[in-house]
Amino acid sequence: MTSRPSSRASHSVSVRRPFPLSHGTTTLGFIFQGGVIAAADTRASAGGLVACPAVHKITPIHSHLVVTSSGSGADCMLWERILTREIRLYQLRHKRRLSISGTAKLLSLMLHPFKGTDVCVALTLCGWDKLIYVCSDGARLQGDIFSVGSGSPYAYGVLDRSLSWSLNKEEAILLAREAVFRATHRDAYSGNNVDLFHVTAEGWRQRQREDLKEEYYRDMEKRV
Amino acid sequence: MFVSQNFGESGKMKEYHYAGPTEHRFSPYAFNGGTVLAVAGEDFAIVASDTRLSEGYSIHSRDSPKCYKLTDTTVLGCSGFHGDCLTLTKIIDARLKMYKHSNNKTMTSGAIAAMLSTILYSRRFFPYYVYNIIGGLDEQGKGAVYSFDPVGSYQRDTYKAGGSASAMLQPLLDNQIGFKNMEGVEHVPLTKDKAVQLVKDVFVSAAERDVYTGDALRICIVTKEGIEEQNIPLRKD
Repeated sequence: MTSRPSSRASHSVSVRRPFPLSHGTTTLGFIFQGGVIAAADTRASAGGLVACPAVHKITPIHSHLVVTSSGSGADCMLWERILTREIRLYQLRHKRRLSISGTAKLLSLMLHPFKGTDVCVALTLCGWDKLIYVCSDGARLQGDIFSVGSGSPYAYGVLDRSLSWSLNKEEAILLAREAVFRATHRDAYSGNNVDLFHVTAEGWRQRQREDLKEEYYRDMEKRV
Repeated sequence: MFVSQNFGESGKMKEYHYAGPTEHRFSPYAFNGGTVLAVAGEDFAIVASDTRLSEGYSIHSRDSPKCYKLTDTTVLGCSGFHGDCLTLTKIIDARLKMYKHSNNKTMTSGAIAAMLSTILYSRRFFPYYVYNIIGGLDEQGKGAVYSFDPVGSYQRDTYKAGGSASAMLQPLLDNQIGFKNMEGVEHVPLTKDKAVQLVKDVFVSAAERDVYTGDALRICIVTKEGIEEQNIPLRKD
């Protein structure tokens, strides 16, 4: 049984899918002096329905690499699985771990045959010193701050205001949480909880998942 | 299959008006209705489905359950397009046998879930139009539910409804099993008898309001003693 999806070339006319796929998200990642923070909401929407309110959009690939996913839920899940397998095979064959840049390039090359199909994958690879954004259109970009998804404009607004290199760990975590919170408040397709990972040279650590409903009520009280 | 231009996606009738020349195209999919539900408890799992097989305004069968026993500890519920359900269960049965022959052990629920995800994704560009939910016991003997979308995205849940009445049932389960949107309520763990009663009540509600759900309810209760089946009649209209 093939593990890669079969190519579309055999169908001259595409079959219309009778169901919607899951989309819609807010994910973000940024670098600061204490490492890299990756944060995401947990809602998977399919059309107008919340298919699942508690999805994991941030997945560890290995001890020092975490990937945030947005786009179609199934595409991201399966491509992360394929990527993890290829990274592990590389490590076994070459007796060293592939670098983050190499991982990003490998993923980009693997996705290339599916460019033009409706595979929709937009991943941010968060290593301990580097952030690389890879998407199924073929983009592969390194940067200091990325936010991806339908809620990203709102998250960028919050991040651009307060982000600086010299933040300490608590401030950076609060900032990431705030950015996701504000994005979920305004974007209908983002919501529910926020997941947060902190990646340093020692590896990644996951913060406990937080329900943003409580945060909203706390915020309301503060304003009064 | 009925003339496809009268029916939009999901089998609901389209509005009648003169739209000019229309292109007729064969659709390889049909919507056969049906609802599936799975609940995981501390040491049990329940997979339930109605037994109506419909298409458009017709009922093909009143006795077509959508729960398929995979192993002694795992049951699969699939609803959507019945043709794809049948093929998918055939493929899963074959893969289970192959695994048993190569590895000399039965596949665990988690392994079946991961395998189903890759089977579904291998048809990413011509998907199986099936909403799957797996219910069973994990290696520790705790109840496990895995829910899927048609192209293979999955995760482990405590409870999930799928199929035509899923949008109606899921909020009810969120409230009754997940205690969501209730203030000041004690979170009591779900017992097997309470869960079975809840499933029966929930399907009775679904049969009231969803035209594609009804006729009878098949419940499969998975415990370490084995799989117990119950049949309960529902509205036939």
